[in-house]
Amino acid sequence: MTAIEIGWGTTLAIKTVIVLGIVPLTALILGYVFLLKMMSHMQSRLGPMDPGGFHGWYQLIGDGIKFLQKEDIMPGEADRRVFALAPAIVVLSTFLVFVVIPAGPRVSVASLDSAPFAKGAFDGVGVFYALAVSSLSVIGVLMAGWASSNKYALLGALRAAAQLIAYELPLVLAVVGVVIQTGTMSLQGIVSFQQHGSLFGWSGVGFPLILTQFVGFALFMVAAQAELTQPPFDMPVAESELVAGYMVEYTGFRFLFFFIGEFGTAFAFAALAATLFLGGWSVPWVHGTAADFLGPVVLFAKVMFVAFLMFWARFTYPRFREDQLQAIAWKWLIPVALANILLTGVLKVAF
Amino acid sequence: MTTTNLPPPGDLPEIAVDPAAFRHLADAQVNVELDTGDMVLNIGPQHPATHGTLRLVVRLDGERVVSADPIIGYMHRGYEKLTEFRTYPQITTLINRIDWLSSFANEVPFIEAAEHLMAIEAPPRAQYLRTILTELSRIATFLLFLGEMGLQVGAITPAFYGFRDREYVLNLIEAVTGGRFHPNFNRIGGIKDDLPWGWISECRGVMNKTLASCDEFDDLVVGNPIFQKRTRSIGIIPRELGAAYGVSGSNLRASGVDWDLRRDGPKYLVYDELDWQVWTHPDGDSFSRYWVRLQETRESARMVLQMLDQMPSGPLMAKVPRIIKVPEGEVFVNTENPLGEMGYYVISKGATGPFRTKIRSASFSNVSILPWLLRGVYVPDIVTILASLYFILGDIDR
Amino acid sequence: MADSPVATEEVPALREQAADALTRLQAELDDAIVEHAGMFGDVVVRVRRDAWRRSAQVCKDGLGCDYLSFIAGIDWMPTPAVVEEGSGDTSAPAQPKDQTYGVAGSDGRYQLLALVESTRRQSWRVILKTDLPDDDLHAESWVSLYPGADWHEREAWEMYGFVFDGHPSLRHLYLPSEFEGHPLRKDYPLLAREVKPWPGLVDVEPMPGEPADDDAPTGTETGAIEAGESA
Repeated sequence: MTAIEIGWGTTLAIKTVIVLGIVPLTALILGYVFLLKMMSHMQSRLGPMDPGGFHGWYQLIGDGIKFLQKEDIMPGEADRRVFALAPAIVVLSTFLVFVVIPAGPRVSVASLDSAPFAKGAFDGVGVFYALAVSSLSVIGVLMAGWASSNKYALLGALRAAAQLIAYELPLVLAVVGVVIQTGTMSLQGIVSFQQHGSLFGWSGVGFPLILTQFVGFALFMVAAQAELTQPPFDMPVAESELVAGYMVEYTGFRFLFFFIGEFGTAFAFAALAATLFLGGWSVPWVHGTAADFLGPVVLFAKVMFVAFLMFWARFTYPRFREDQLQAIAWKWLIPVALANILLTGVLKVAF
Repeated sequence: MTTTNLPPPGDLPEIAVDPAAFRHLADAQVNVELDTGDMVLNIGPQHPATHGTLRLVVRLDGERVVSADPIIGYMHRGYEKLTEFRTYPQITTLINRIDWLSSFANEVPFIEAAEHLMAIEAPPRAQYLRTILTELSRIATFLLFLGEMGLQVGAITPAFYGFRDREYVLNLIEAVTGGRFHPNFNRIGGIKDDLPWGWISECRGVMNKTLASCDEFDDLVVGNPIFQKRTRSIGIIPRELGAAYGVSGSNLRASGVDWDLRRDGPKYLVYDELDWQVWTHPDGDSFSRYWVRLQETRESARMVLQMLDQMPSGPLMAKVPRIIKVPEGEVFVNTENPLGEMGYYVISKGATGPFRTKIRSASFSNVSILPWLLRGVYVPDIVTILASLYFILGDIDR
Repeated sequence: MADSPVATEEVPALREQAADALTRLQAELDDAIVEHAGMFGDVVVRVRRDAWRRSAQVCKDGLGCDYLSFIAGIDWMPTPAVVEEGSGDTSAPAQPKDQTYGVAGSDGRYQLLALVESTRRQSWRVILKTDLPDDDLHAESWVSLYPGADWHEREAWEMYGFVFDGHPSLRHLYLPSEFEGHPLRKDYPLLAREVKPWPGLVDVEPMPGEPADDDAPTGTETGAIEAGESA
């Protein structure tokens, strides 16, 4: 395919539009398939059936329009600027994570694999960037809870801040094992490691890292569940006590931002898990340009699978109490993650 | 509304409790040097956790409760005053609505009280039908509880299973009485109507389905380690204190008190002709309250199956005059309702309606223990404890 | 099985446990008991007002009644009439006009009623009554013996005006704190019936095939019933 000359401004504009469009779209798809349909069927009911005619596929789009046309209400005592900024920050962190996820060998918004990010021994910082940027949402949550001038919101925000910070560590440490095994922090590099690896001596089949990093995968899934404040870690938004916790005073499009942030981040974390552990966009025996077109589809399928696991746990388990949650993070997940790193390091050097 | 003048500290009874029961509070001893101010949180009257219009004014220190004051009366309908101006059949309609989830069971003690005063006994078939419908109400209420306590603790799914399984039982009750929720089916002297054709085999099928769904709840909720972590050692009611507060029913049996009015009270209905057992649990925490109700649901299903086999044929009503005038006298009848002990103290002066009825409702006493029980627990545990005590607002407020 | 609906004159016998309980109560309280009677197997004991708390103590410690069922009040004044006698209106009971008392009698208008039970024995319960003089509605509180008495006594105060000495905070339970009056007293009217009298039968449709009943009023939407027509 001949290269088409496009200026960097046009490229930037196209990429921005893609990210801005894809994030809500993925949030929508995830929300509809898993939250509305899968959860309903697991609970022996049907979920929305009327909107759009075919199994209610239009439901969330209709919900989005409904949110957009609502009145913008702010509590009288609220801190106006902080109140307005908080959902923006939460959604911002989601958008930033999507920037770096590769969907094909040459398909990603900014893979961060070239200068000035790759210098010397470093050939990219994709993983580092993704994990760092995903923790920006903690600030947004705290701002939301404080600015709402509501005791329930404050309780929810404080719980959320403690939880999100505590579970950052297992998340990062789980990924360190992957980085040690592949020797690179670049997401494209990790995918190509998995694509070009050999399984039981058969080359070309690929080597998904989940086979050796299964502990890391489990840790990542648990920590991601907690980062998304989903049951069993949804103390901050405990519906039966705090009634939406830190989001309780938000209506209309501000609440829509939180919603998009939650499900968009779910998609982002599922995409990260798929990329780091399941091989990302790679399929055995498909390389080159074909992978550019097949890659996004394959990645989407793998993300759906990972999201299925996350949402399945969401509907089944009751929620942990805040102190039990913290105990699990600090007393169980972090030591196991450290042991995983130790073992990976030893085995990497030995073999 | 009412002011929040909480009772001064030191007036609640000091009971010798095993200190190990509160060992989880040792983790909560943070900030003892830092004097952070107390926060007063108003839970309710509109709140998903309070099962209706109950208002809890809690004073919090961080996430720990310092004191709790339940404020009731948002649904007070003045039943005891109303009964002074209504006839017995009219009152039967009213008292269906005290505990609206198991409405048939509310009518039974009142009807029995009137029958005692009139020296009438309902015929055996009517007694069997009353017992079957009471046990069906018990199953319906408990299935809702089994699902809804999972919801309060955070698991969304068991609630739907509870409601779905309850629908089968409600269909059965509707087929007999015409009403899913408020059957109004008892009459002084017996029962209004007989069973429709095909009901007995339908009931057998539903009881077997109930036993299967109890196994499902066993796997999904009781066996869940997170549920156990959230409910074990939470809200322990010591047996002496529970009895002194008047806590009754499954709540007291979960504290190890082997007392069930169906077996240990004066004879009423046909429980002495059935082969069944009373379930108790030694712990007294929220988990044991859930566990005891699960076992009692199974036991009720087995009782109904026995009764379907043993039911005699015969008339449904004793001979009573058209206008019922209950002779002068007083009587107290209490029964084991799903929520606990429900009793009616009826004072009659020979008119067509009672002179005074004291309605002893179970949830009133079950909720009165909350100021003692909620001291020192975490905010999420408030929800667990409220869910495990299982009260109905109509029962508290009458 | 199906007897005549008129109760027999003699007092029903006491259950064996109730007779045993009565003996023990008489041994402990002897002169504090004013009257006792059997009631469908249960024992009802009316004690003197100054022995109200002492009898609870005896029940709890001596008889092993660890369970408090309820504490309530009774107002023996006759119920005010809401229907005329002899009018044939069966929508509300026509209570007798004279002030009579129930089991174990009474000295006056107000009485306290309580029931305690044992969770360790079968059918072991005692019903206690005490009279409260009209001008001095005080009684001792049971809270230090049975903590559950807290809410029952609050309700009795709110509904009848009985004051319990020794209760930690006697405040409204069901009603708003600005409420005036004591609703369960017989002279407190049931307002719904005062404001809007019972409409009787309205809009009676005849069964298919049957002629319309001439006596029944065929009311309009507003259910207008002219004076003089009875339901």
